[in-house]
Amino acid sequence: MAVVTSGLAASAARSRWSPSWRMVLRNYLVHRRSKVFFLTGFLEPVLYLFSIGIGVGQLVEPFEFNGQLVGYAAFVAPGMLAASAMNGAVLDSTFSIYFKLKFEKLYDAVLATPMRTVDVARGEITWALLRGGVYSVGFLVVMLLMGLVDSWWAVLAVPATLLVGFAFSAVCMALTTFMRSWQDFDLVTLGVMPLFLFSATFFPITQYPGVLRWVVELTPLYRGVVLCRELTTGAVTWASAVSVVYLVAMGLIGLAVVSRRLGALLLR
Amino acid sequence: MSQPVSHPDPTAAPRTSSEGPPSLIRATGLRKSFGDFEAVRGIDLDVPAGEAFGFLGPNGAGKSSTMRMIAAVSPPSAGELRILGLDPATHGPQIRARLGVCPQEDTLDTELSIRDNLVVYGRYFGLPRSECASRADELLRFFQLQEKARQKVESLSGGMKRRLTIARSLINQPDLLLLDEPTTGLDPQARHVLWDKLFRLKQQGVTLVLTTHYMDEAEQLCDRLVVMDKGEIVAEGSPLALIREHSTREVTELRFGVGQHESLAERIDDLAERVEVLPDRLLLYTDDGEETLARVHERGLEPAAVLVRRSTLEDVFLHLTGRTLVD
Ligand SMILES: Nc1ncnc2c1ncn2[C@@H]1O[C@H](COP(=O)(O)OP(=O)(O)OP(=O)(O)O)[C@@H](O)[C@H]1O
Ligand SMILES: [Mg+2]
Repeated sequence: MAVVTSGLAASAARSRWSPSWRMVLRNYLVHRRSKVFFLTGFLEPVLYLFSIGIGVGQLVEPFEFNGQLVGYAAFVAPGMLAASAMNGAVLDSTFSIYFKLKFEKLYDAVLATPMRTVDVARGEITWALLRGGVYSVGFLVVMLLMGLVDSWWAVLAVPATLLVGFAFSAVCMALTTFMRSWQDFDLVTLGVMPLFLFSATFFPITQYPGVLRWVVELTPLYRGVVLCRELTTGAVTWASAVSVVYLVAMGLIGLAVVSRRLGALLLR
Repeated sequence: MSQPVSHPDPTAAPRTSSEGPPSLIRATGLRKSFGDFEAVRGIDLDVPAGEAFGFLGPNGAGKSSTMRMIAAVSPPSAGELRILGLDPATHGPQIRARLGVCPQEDTLDTELSIRDNLVVYGRYFGLPRSECASRADELLRFFQLQEKARQKVESLSGGMKRRLTIARSLINQPDLLLLDEPTTGLDPQARHVLWDKLFRLKQQGVTLVLTTHYMDEAEQLCDRLVVMDKGEIVAEGSPLALIREHSTREVTELRFGVGQHESLAERIDDLAERVEVLPDRLLLYTDDGEETLARVHERGLEPAAVLVRRSTLEDVFLHLTGRTLVD
């Protein structure tokens, strides 16, 4: 009896992380042949960089950021890096999750196996992160080729974008579990648009008047944007850790909510 | 998740008696509520290993609700439930690892090919890829889906989807197979292929639990069944025992003109132990059908059609639930 007990406990412990990878594998099999699917995520920030960073940037003199003189393109590029991590995460964790949850009944089938709701949640988020990570690396290479990277710290911009992806995919997936129809997704768009435009992505936070500046500093994409920008321009300080903690906490809260909500919705 | 020191040993589950086979499903006072509505109202179950156990009951009786609780995907609202000797509230994943589940509604992965549906499902159980692949091919062959292996699910007919769902439930070689209306939508040939497969699995020691609306299926497959109605178990036993207990040996069916059955029933209800009035015919429950028919003729009644037959499970079902129309 005791042998069986410890055996069971051991096998549960050994496979603690692996179940979520089964979900990742499933998504990979679904998407392995769709090239367009992979291309769009890469193109979006690159197009923004060319249009705004380079195009509009020619009208803007280099200015001071964190005590360094930076060109406008070098300023906007990390913003695009963080914003595209957000956009990718939002896209992956809203429509497609809603479809799988409500129409395809995918998770009903998955939860009839040893998989748990937390495995599903982690797996879907991991998939979104892997995809986002590939794009981030691609974008960073573009930045490097265009001379927009000023520091070795930039290597850490990839994990930084993963943090942004984690925070947003967990929270958006949590929101998705509360959606009752496709119309509800307009609310997400309504939330994401201003974040994209006003999180110091296209202009420095110093442009905001006092109170508003504090508000922006509290928003999640701003934390991601400054973190990426501090890394690619080499202006890393202890204050950067605030952004890291913020994004990790946001992701963990989202993850906990997703697991619970999936249970409430599917394991009735 | 920390394991309690003395949690039940799944390989030597509790026993029904000191000698009998271990019981794989044991429920006492099991209930399931959805809001104010109580779908399952306190049922007791005990299914020993190796048995083929069936649920019969009209629509909404609570069969699927019960099956989902047994599948460890729906927490009971009250009562005690042990599956494979384990508590589903604390050992869900361990229980589900050894179950094969065919839900009433197909939940196939519409974004994957038919073969990948099986392979990926096997991976959810943590099976190695090569194992999943060989089992998938074997199941596709058995359920005659191999020509469609590379196609998407939407290219399958309803019955083929059903076959794929059943095939999927076998990918982990389960000890306990839960089939919720497995043969609904299957053509007769596919049904017989499935019955044959279920017989073989049973011979290998797999425990079967199924719900069905087909009385012939219940009679053919089940060692023991329960009839559920409005969330309760109203009868239990082997198909033969149920017929013996709840019906007579024979039944005389009489068909008269439309609308006449109700009034004619009163003129002959002393000729049989029991008379059921259906919209299209009268059923006279009696031990000697021919004898009863002769009496009917003696009273000067001339039915448009008659049939004398043995009692079946259908009669038991009708008697217990007051319904014939089962779909
Ligand atoms: N998720 C749910 N929420 C609310 N009510 C439910 C839910 N699931 C089932 N019910 C109700 O519980 C009752 C029993 O349903 P169940 O699906 O168990 O019946 P069943 O015996 O399987 O019927 P059928 O033969 O039609 O499959 C029904 O009245 C149904 O409306
Ligand atoms: Mg049902």
